[in-house]
Amino acid sequence: MKTIYLDNNATTQVAEEVLDAMLPYFRDLYGNPSSMHSFGGQVGRKIREAREQAAALIGAQPEEIIFTSCGTESDNAAIRSALTAHPDRRHILTSRVEHPAVKSLCAHLSRQGYRITELPVDKDGILDMAQYERALTPDTAIVSLMWANNETGVLFPVEKAAELATERGILFHTDAVQAVGKIPINMKANAIDMLSISGHKLHAPKGIGILYVRKGTKFSPFLIGGHQEKERRGGTENTPSIIGLGKACELAAGNMDTENRMVLLLRDKLEAEILARIPNSRVNGTRLYRLPNTTNISFEFVEGEAILLLMDDYGICASSGSACTSGSLQPSHVLRAMGVPFTMAHGSIRFSLSIYNTEEEIHFVIEKLPSIIERLRSISPYWTLGDQACSVQ
Amino acid sequence: MWEYTDKVKEHFLNPRNVGEVENPDGIAEVGSIACGDALKLSFKLDDNKRIKDVKFKTFGCASAIATSSALTEMVKGMTLEEAMKVTNQDIAAYLGGLPQEKMHCSVMGKQALEKAIENYKGGPPTAPAAQIICECFGVTEREIERAVRENNLSTVEEVTNYTKAGGGCGGCHDAIRQIIERVRAEAAPVVRPKLSNIQKIRMIEETIEREIRPSLKQDGGDIELVDVIGNRVLVATRGTCATCKAADITLKHFVELKLRDFVSPELVIEEVTT
Repeated sequence: MKTIYLDNNATTQVAEEVLDAMLPYFRDLYGNPSSMHSFGGQVGRKIREAREQAAALIGAQPEEIIFTSCGTESDNAAIRSALTAHPDRRHILTSRVEHPAVKSLCAHLSRQGYRITELPVDKDGILDMAQYERALTPDTAIVSLMWANNETGVLFPVEKAAELATERGILFHTDAVQAVGKIPINMKANAIDMLSISGHKLHAPKGIGILYVRKGTKFSPFLIGGHQEKERRGGTENTPSIIGLGKACELAAGNMDTENRMVLLLRDKLEAEILARIPNSRVNGTRLYRLPNTTNISFEFVEGEAILLLMDDYGICASSGSACTSGSLQPSHVLRAMGVPFTMAHGSIRFSLSIYNTEEEIHFVIEKLPSIIERLRSISPYWTLGDQACSVQ
Repeated sequence: MWEYTDKVKEHFLNPRNVGEVENPDGIAEVGSIACGDALKLSFKLDDNKRIKDVKFKTFGCASAIATSSALTEMVKGMTLEEAMKVTNQDIAAYLGGLPQEKMHCSVMGKQALEKAIENYKGGPPTAPAAQIICECFGVTEREIERAVRENNLSTVEEVTNYTKAGGGCGGCHDAIRQIIERVRAEAAPVVRPKLSNIQKIRMIEETIEREIRPSLKQDGGDIELVDVIGNRVLVATRGTCATCKAADITLKHFVELKLRDFVSPELVIEEVTT
């Protein structure tokens, strides 16, 4: 059975070119880039090149790129560094819809005595900027807001938000793991101090990430050890993965237009056809400011895990914000923050595309999904035919 | 991804007895859309007062649908007295087991069955004014007590897995802890719940570990559980017990008594050599 992979916000396929670039550094070119001999030195040069490729993708300078092990490490390093840089400040400003890498860390820090403000979002997943501005205080050590939401794809106006923070002398961090490679980002044109990137979201392997730290920003390392990464991140470099991520960044820069034309077109087609063919379905999150590859659609009166398993039978991979898929008993914190009604939240499915998806695949999903939803609705006690517009207590 | 048994998958993909019985004798709805799963069960009796037809409609995940389907298959042909004896453990066992986090699906099946039978008998649906402990999922004190008692639960996490209580805001965790302590402090109930095989084995292992092994070890002996077949508990003796002439007496008069006391009065100890 062919796999139709529409779960690219979870992880992506490693690009062929990326794998090819990495392979020699597993087998033959295994030298330590810090070594004095030329065998290691040649690896050091490749890492320099990767740093340049990564910097180019986001309009940064190479020395502003710190390689880490993942997006979560980057988020942790950024927030903790800001707290160390401002030991007198005890407030962190964030949102209710952040990824657990930020959300759980903030919950942890709150138990250590830090004051956390989680800004709410409206029903479309949008921040109230006036409220944001009011929440910036002289005690605020750092603002951490995600650039693009992993569940809905909704974009926060982080550039504007960073400006407002910078004006007040507050550090600004953004978790941009879902945004980098999908939308144009230029660090020269914004005031963001720190930005997190995850390799496996842009066709590099898992286990590699980046923390961008703007030149001149006080930084205190998360991992203390050797002199690697200019003493900002100890530990011998994950050389094949860094080289792979560099290649992936170069590819992403080249594919940005395709992403924003072709992928967007496929996503819009998938979304429009699903909404047209399946009654009582709706999109979660604004469609105005959104990643080109993501759509989050709710199907009323059915449950997400059941939908996923029936799609799985056809080889279709996606995700759900339903409670049953997470192991927790409540639906996704993102959908709850948006006030998505329970009838909809439990039946939400996230489709996230990549440049490797084809029109044929999208057609296949459009063809199969209506009968899957219909089948589950025929079992559901809340679904009554001929009374489709009814809403449940 | 959840590790579902083939039987769960099969019942999910091909659910039996979907729908609503026409002119039902008993009908019930449990759960709610807010909780993420809900089950509507209806049945009709034949002239001999046996369940002739039973159907369900379920909103929920794969295991909720599969347990509903399994439940209808299990109770078809039963008298209401027999059906009342079906436990959530039986439903889970019928499906070859459920992930711990999904045990609440089997509890929902059991609740729907009871409520439908109560509906047939015309009695009040549940005990009056049952106190809600978990506000997020509307779980009552009575439901938690019962899950703790029948499934021998000892932690808040287990209670959440079986009843959902405590799975939301977490505000009721202390109250749940108190209920667990209270129920577990109660004298062993006279009427023991019917144990599933897996549960029985687990309890036997726990009893050996907690009540038996420490005494044997004092004398340099030990036993090992080899198998449980029905009520026959097969054990092998180890250490000094393996060569001790009094081991038979120890097994019969100490080990068996302990197991009968803590697990089930019908258990019989047999020694095997391995």
